[in-house]
Amino acid sequence: MKFGEFGGQFVPEVLIPPLKELEKAYERLKDDEEFKKELDYYLRNYAGRPTPLYFAKNLTEKLGGAKIYLKREDLLHSGAHKINNTIGQALLAKKMGKTRLIAETGAGQHGVATAIAGALLGLKVDVYMGAEDVERQKMNVFRMKLLGAEVIPVHSGSKTLKDAINEALRDWVATFEYTHYLIGSVVGPHPYPTMVRDFQSVIGRETKRQILELEGTLPDAIVACVGGGSNAIGIFHPFIEDRSVRLIGVEAAGKGLSTGKHSASLCAGEKGVLHGMLSYFLQDEDGQIATTHSIAAGLDYPGVGPEHAWLKESGRAEYVAVTDDQALKAFVELSKTEGILPALESAHALAYAMELAKEMNNDEIIVVNLSGRGDKDLGIVMEALSCSVSQPL
Amino acid sequence: MFRKPALITFITAGDPNIKATLEFLLTLDKYSEVIELGIPFSDPMADGKAIQKANVRALKAGTKVKDVFNVVREFREHSETPIVLMTYYNPVYRRGVERFVAEAKESGVNAMIVVDLPLEEAGEYLNVCEKYEMGTVFLAAPNTPDDRLRMIDEASSAFVYLISLYGTTGARDKLSQLAFDLLNRAKRVCSKPLAVGFGVSKAEHVRELIKAGADGVVVGSAIVDIIGKYGEEAIDPLEEKLKELRSGLIL
Ligand SMILES: Cc1ncc(COP(=O)(O)O)c(C=O)c1O
Repeated sequence: MKFGEFGGQFVPEVLIPPLKELEKAYERLKDDEEFKKELDYYLRNYAGRPTPLYFAKNLTEKLGGAKIYLKREDLLHSGAHKINNTIGQALLAKKMGKTRLIAETGAGQHGVATAIAGALLGLKVDVYMGAEDVERQKMNVFRMKLLGAEVIPVHSGSKTLKDAINEALRDWVATFEYTHYLIGSVVGPHPYPTMVRDFQSVIGRETKRQILELEGTLPDAIVACVGGGSNAIGIFHPFIEDRSVRLIGVEAAGKGLSTGKHSASLCAGEKGVLHGMLSYFLQDEDGQIATTHSIAAGLDYPGVGPEHAWLKESGRAEYVAVTDDQALKAFVELSKTEGILPALESAHALAYAMELAKEMNNDEIIVVNLSGRGDKDLGIVMEALSCSVSQPL
Repeated sequence: MFRKPALITFITAGDPNIKATLEFLLTLDKYSEVIELGIPFSDPMADGKAIQKANVRALKAGTKVKDVFNVVREFREHSETPIVLMTYYNPVYRRGVERFVAEAKESGVNAMIVVDLPLEEAGEYLNVCEKYEMGTVFLAAPNTPDDRLRMIDEASSAFVYLISLYGTTGARDKLSQLAFDLLNRAKRVCSKPLAVGFGVSKAEHVRELIKAGADGVVVGSAIVDIIGKYGEEAIDPLEEKLKELRSGLIL
């Protein structure tokens, strides 16, 4: 139930029974053959699994170092890894007899993935989204509405992702009898960090099989971006016992760690308790949670999943941070060299991997989890490139 | 820890500023058996709109945890009325549980409620509270089963706080049947005094709950709303509301 000292169930009393109900249902269903078959069916035929592990030959040759492989989660339906989790949880919710899903969303990716799962499985969906994010991400708001979901703007606090989670929790304490709270990352109270990790671990299991097929050996390093940490834990988890594989999580350094305008909770945060879990958070000396910044809305969260906190403390995984500008450059680089537009979140992982590759030998292998595609970010990238990157396109 | 029946009143410390808090405490003192004082927090996820806004006002005014301890200390120069500190866990955890409880005790706090710290996570906290003779209050909800209610009763040295509904804090028009069902169950299961809160906002609610056997009734949002509306000028309308609520104690 805990990862070392991290994780736990730091929630108001009223949520203890619904969390126990969820834990019981999940424990019962996760090894149930019928459930696994159904999930596998949707992942294959609806979401588009397995995703390719693609050797980025052009990029590798250009950098002249380690071989870079891309795990193509960007090719999934909805454009990101989030759907691995939303289909899993929505199926679970349905088996539990819930008729409604609620979700929080920052950029709207998880909201869209939840709306899709709701449409697919016939569940009503309400998505909480910070009022500022609603303004910044109009297209995704429209997308969610088209998919039949309701988007509820959150005007409290900093009006961003963490406030959307607060509001979803407030909804859930009043509606848990018929509502499942579909959390979008490996955060929140137990059992969410474990359950979401299990649903996302399909990424790592496929990667392992694919790299062994392609190279006959395990990779030397796996690099993934870390917001809440679901795509990272998904690809890391099946490799945790393989000690030779470096696991590297990349956080958002925003405008630079020294500016305070970032969302690198593992690199620059302190231990704390929020949203049901003990983990690392960006906060002040009184425990007030900080406001965060990243050009990648999906990384813009002041905390991180408890299993990552534990992987950091135990030394099994390393965590680094990459700035907005570095991520933008990687975004452009991958677009030009490989014809792939990465999500700005994934571009953080890519930016670090590109630096790392140069320091490694060309018989070594790096796998980058390309967690999503960049189409959703075109507006932001267009605006950012016109003023902050000196290189013309 | 209190005279029965008790009117327990809540405000958020530092709303709209810490100087006003002392005056409000002295006003509440005239009409309350117990005062609950909230530590403002950036992410009050168990609170409805009224108390959320109070938290925002208090933090905007720059309220720090040490200011809250200081205002309790000042209040103690005037009154012995029990003060229960209501907080989320992160401010406690961040300061260090032992340091937090020691400072609270030293400033004159009688008991603490930590909204998002259920029994399972409360081991260290309970040990520290025992060591410093800090009273503990745990919450129970309408969906808390009897065996758990018993454990909550055991862990609560001051009183047990019964949540009257499924939802967040906030004034409601009517009391839910859930409140009475829980109260009846708790009367059977618990040995500590029972206070009912969440949604209680009128003299009529106070009366119904006391009649049904509650030892105390907690009113928060209805008071905080007045501070939201009148700011530093809230004393007179507060007195009026408190008098009304108090009339509910007379059956
Ligand atoms: C494409 C993409 N990658 C990564 C993330 C970050 O989330 P996590 O750290 O849970 O993978 C998001 C979140 O919205 C995302 O959309």
